[in-house]
Amino acid sequence: MTEPGNQPDDPGEQATVTSRNLFDKFEPLMQERNRLLDSGIRDPFAIVMDEVKSPTEAIIDGRNTILLGTYNYMGMTFDPDVIAAGKDALDRFGSGTTGSRVLNGTYCGHMEVEQALKEFYAMDHAMVFSTGYQANLGIISTLAGKGDYVILDADSHASIYDGCFLGNAETVRFRHNNVENLAKRLERLPREAGKLVVLEGVYSMLGDIAPLDEMIPLAKQHGAMVLVDEAHSMGFFGENGRGVAEAQGVIDQVDFIIGTFSKSVGTVGGFCVSNHAKTEFLRLVCRPYTFTASLPPSVVATAATSIRKLMHAGDKRAHLWENSKRLHKGLRDLGFRLATDEAESAILAVLLDDQEQAVRMWQALLEHGLYVNMARPPATPSGVYLLRCSLCAEHSSEQVDEILAMFEAAGRATGAIG
Amino acid sequence: MNETRANAFEEVKSQIEPFNQKGVPITEETSFQDDLEWDSLTVMDFVAAVEDEFDIVITMNQQAEIETVGQLVDAVQELRA
Ligand SMILES: Cc1ncc(COP(=O)(O)O)c(C=O)c1O
Repeated sequence: MTEPGNQPDDPGEQATVTSRNLFDKFEPLMQERNRLLDSGIRDPFAIVMDEVKSPTEAIIDGRNTILLGTYNYMGMTFDPDVIAAGKDALDRFGSGTTGSRVLNGTYCGHMEVEQALKEFYAMDHAMVFSTGYQANLGIISTLAGKGDYVILDADSHASIYDGCFLGNAETVRFRHNNVENLAKRLERLPREAGKLVVLEGVYSMLGDIAPLDEMIPLAKQHGAMVLVDEAHSMGFFGENGRGVAEAQGVIDQVDFIIGTFSKSVGTVGGFCVSNHAKTEFLRLVCRPYTFTASLPPSVVATAATSIRKLMHAGDKRAHLWENSKRLHKGLRDLGFRLATDEAESAILAVLLDDQEQAVRMWQALLEHGLYVNMARPPATPSGVYLLRCSLCAEHSSEQVDEILAMFEAAGRATGAIG
Repeated sequence: MNETRANAFEEVKSQIEPFNQKGVPITEETSFQDDLEWDSLTVMDFVAAVEDEFDIVITMNQQAEIETVGQLVDAVQELRA
């Protein structure tokens, strides 16, 4: 007979050993979080959508809520053609592929979505990953290995940093959007070393755009390859919606564009497009591509349909920009501080004084029926607390008015505006 | 300690001063995390300042290995060589 205490997974037995508890490193953060929750605040990181009525409305805590904190920029999640394509694929190909892209997980739908991407970007090669996170992780770590250099913006997305760590590349940071700072670092690196400069079109915390028209030619002068993450610009920057690099006229100098299906496309998945023929070989050596199951048939079908519709979404694009500009001006006129002087993208960041004000403002907005994202360091740069608003092409002009009224009420109630 | 090494220490020390808000005494053994208690943003600004002062690049990989002022002085000397 075994005593219960002798079971190998019984924590009671481990208590006699004196090794350090692996959870200990989170103690300061846990305490900070508990203090916040003890003050009676609703947990900003535990929102549940009980019902989703449209790209812009959901029911949260039993209340009708306008969504202003999704990345559903083009409002494609409820597009009838997109839904129909997904249902059809579900019926014809089943609920999942149960396999890697390089084994049994490539269906005709995966080829079709890669074809749609090639046409959307007018590029020769497209590689679809299960998420955008994995696309950055995979492409960066596979291209830049030990002894190669990745030069990245300090405000880069976590998936970019993680790609550097996974590949064990030499990683060099430059100050956010600072051309001179990038130039100095490029000059100091060994000439003969392999180099990958990683930039984003739109930086998602402050909603500011990168001076790609200066940075990309600079990187090329120093013999670097250039990867641009256009996650937050697809569909509404540039004449064909290809992103900030297209809008600034430098897309022909970009080696790799990384994107995601989880924002403008309205489903889940990630991709890399490129004109380099050797990109195809990466399928065999890129671990986050190879060692994971491919996207379900319904997901690639919705993505392909959505991408093709985004090629001709001029009206939606125009309305999204109009929404962003109106909300930016309205918030400014109310006395809020915004991260950018003008609306540079579909993301507007409202800057607040400290954590307490940010959380109280966030909660007041939610109680009025508005959902925005709360963001805090270290996700945000320079220790700022902010409320991130992201607009959707499906927000009506009336909804923008409602949003402004809710900001005004919440701002006065919390003292964020006078 | 030879003279160039002593000079390098003084140069690094003067780079630390503007970021040393708590006025911690700086020695070879001073730890950036435990004694100066810098957060990641301060570290980032400080590294940029040191890189520009000495015209070097300290990769994130190298930064991860540097815990004390003395180790930074060693790294700066090596990178300048
Ligand atoms: C800049 C950037 N790159 C990549 C990603 C990852 O995208 P996904 O949601 O497809 O993993 C995100 C989204 O969080 C992002 O903001």
